[in-house]
Amino acid sequence: MDLDYSPDELAFRETVRSWLQTNLPAHLRDKVTRYRALTRDDLMGWQRILAAQGWIAPAWPTEWGGTGWSIVQRHIFEEECGYAGAPPIVPFGLLMCGPVLLKFGTEAQKARFLPRIYRGDDLWCQGYSEPGSGSDLASLRTTAVRRDDRYVVNGQKIWTTLAHMADWIFCLVRTGSDSDRRQDGISFLLIDMKCPGITVRPLMLMDGGHEVNEVFFDDVEVPVENRVHEEGKGWTVAKYLLGHERMNTARVGTSMRELETLKEYAARQRKDGRPLSDDARFRDQIARVEIELLALSITNLRFLDAVRSGQARGAEASILKIKGTEIQQALTELMMQAAGPSMQALADDAGAADDITAALARRYCNYRKTTIYAGSNEIQRNIIAKQLLGLPS
Amino acid sequence: MKFDYDDEQRLLADSVRRLLARDYDFDARKRIVASERGFSTTVWKMFADLGLLGLGLSPDYGGFGGGARACMSVMEAFGDALVVEPYLATVMTAQFIARGGTPAQKTLILGDVVTGERVLAFAQTEAGARYNLADVSTRARAIGGGYVIDGEKIAVVHGPCAELLVVSARTAGEGAHPKGISVFVVDARAPGVTVRSARTIDGLRTADVSLVDVHVGAEALVGPEGAALPLIEEVVDYATALVCAEAVGAIAYANAATLDYIKARRQFGVPIGTFQALQHRMVDMTISHEQVKSMAGLACATVDTERDAAKRRRLVSAAKVKVADAARHVSQESIQLHGGMGMSDELKVSHTFRRLAVIAQLFGDANHHLERFAST
Repeated sequence: MDLDYSPDELAFRETVRSWLQTNLPAHLRDKVTRYRALTRDDLMGWQRILAAQGWIAPAWPTEWGGTGWSIVQRHIFEEECGYAGAPPIVPFGLLMCGPVLLKFGTEAQKARFLPRIYRGDDLWCQGYSEPGSGSDLASLRTTAVRRDDRYVVNGQKIWTTLAHMADWIFCLVRTGSDSDRRQDGISFLLIDMKCPGITVRPLMLMDGGHEVNEVFFDDVEVPVENRVHEEGKGWTVAKYLLGHERMNTARVGTSMRELETLKEYAARQRKDGRPLSDDARFRDQIARVEIELLALSITNLRFLDAVRSGQARGAEASILKIKGTEIQQALTELMMQAAGPSMQALADDAGAADDITAALARRYCNYRKTTIYAGSNEIQRNIIAKQLLGLPS
Repeated sequence: MKFDYDDEQRLLADSVRRLLARDYDFDARKRIVASERGFSTTVWKMFADLGLLGLGLSPDYGGFGGGARACMSVMEAFGDALVVEPYLATVMTAQFIARGGTPAQKTLILGDVVTGERVLAFAQTEAGARYNLADVSTRARAIGGGYVIDGEKIAVVHGPCAELLVVSARTAGEGAHPKGISVFVVDARAPGVTVRSARTIDGLRTADVSLVDVHVGAEALVGPEGAALPLIEEVVDYATALVCAEAVGAIAYANAATLDYIKARRQFGVPIGTFQALQHRMVDMTISHEQVKSMAGLACATVDTERDAAKRRRLVSAAKVKVADAARHVSQESIQLHGGMGMSDELKVSHTFRRLAVIAQLFGDANHHLERFAST
């Protein structure tokens, strides 16, 4: 049992940290740490900076631009980016479509899409959920009918994050099969968002933000060469992708920064003439979250160590997702609570640029999503029950 | 960074688990708990022969010179088997001598600890002091080159079977003042020492100890006179880390037994483990176990390597908060998921429940450690 990083790993952390100090633009860091909405230019701008440094796709094979870092180095990198207040990496291209193409794509598909994903030329989104198909993904009904060298796609996707900014969408569609298994007859298509017949309609969320959308497909023609893997075998691709979707869900670095922000913020609020952080009840609530985060950070490292030594049991990412999102939510809740009566304030992004108070309630509302998205925490429990405990479904 | 046990730890854990599987099944434990002495001298000798009693002591006295991490796998196995022998009491109390004792005290005591010939216990707690280690009213007056000790100690775990007690007493100051506390080695059979034995909820023995006009020589003093609180805190943090490791084993047993049970128990024509309401609770118990493993490792590594006392206190307390909460969570759920059977004295899981109830409060409950964590 040795909880310390090796000298090499510590040196690596130092390298990443000082690089971030120099290269993370202050205006981006400020937007992130003050909870301002990020534009497409913000997101892709940061991706291009990382790409220029060669750090945008650490886990990819080196011939496609991967860094060759160990799993621990990758963890350190993610932790430092989160801690520094770097904009999040839009996962759909780099962490989802990219790995899928690397695993299942043809050489032509790889050559066509991977470099553009790497450089941040294209922003991708994910066409999975449909009205009526949330956690029960295999019940999806969007159809793709083969007509010569094209598929004709009809149907609707929902909760499509960043579809309003996206150049491309990867979709699960039903191409049909003779089997009774709902998982059969699903195919994985890459669709250009500029295709005629695609309509994107914003879904405004309770925090007033525009992140997600409905995407309608009305006789959208997709070339057959945009299908990844065999026709009808899309479920295999989807299952493979699930594992990737759930990496780095612990978000330890980001939560460590949020915890520090919370402590500083609570120290600035007054209660009975004293800092709120001196209030025993409030201080205990913060302490409990801090202890949870400490436990999660060590559990995260233990699991990385297990992956590294080939002893991972498979559902570790689900445990990290559950605990990580619970902590993220607890932090937003305590931040809002710390604001006291001012929590009601709702200012737009232009107002009160040096104050975060007006963003806290919105953020609290927004973060309820974390235990729902990327496989709800109940689905994660189902996965653990099945994979780790061998309980029958 | 390395989280797995190393080969040495694994070999040791294997030997301990083999021994316990052979000589310490649930029925054997029941007989030991019901016996006059409350622990098995045969088992104790086997622990000594395996080297377990010297894991944390210097090779100069026959030990292995390891830290809390060397004991982790042993404590985990003990938590699983619900060992009632005075292991924790003895190894933690020996640390007072190992860390604060004179060469003469070490020679006199530690060799016998390693060979299993001496059981030790730590007499610290007093009525009303709860978990405050500085709240000591027992007095030690300096007289004629020695000391006379007077006071009342309670909840001395394994006090009834200890030959030597390490007793905290005030040589100066009063109340809960951090200065003025000293530590003495006292023979449990010395004139003026009365040990009143009681059984505990978890099958151990505890004692209230009266000290009336107890005369000890100057050689009984361990560490600096009047400045022993840092030593006490250090040893209690060490013991707390070991208890966290024991909790890992007890929680692992509770989870394994419960998982087996919900897979086998049938109601409404199906195993109750097919019900999602129970599956998700079982998953949360599993997550608690993982978090406790992480925090036990943190606590043991911290007491072994952290030289800054404030940082050490903070991290050990963080671990104990998590362990206390998880001990309550898992033990309560294990009974609930067993249904009526869980309430029965016949089932080991109800004994694990009782041990976890004690572990949650041993050396401080969640509130105590939350305060210590948040105020450091």
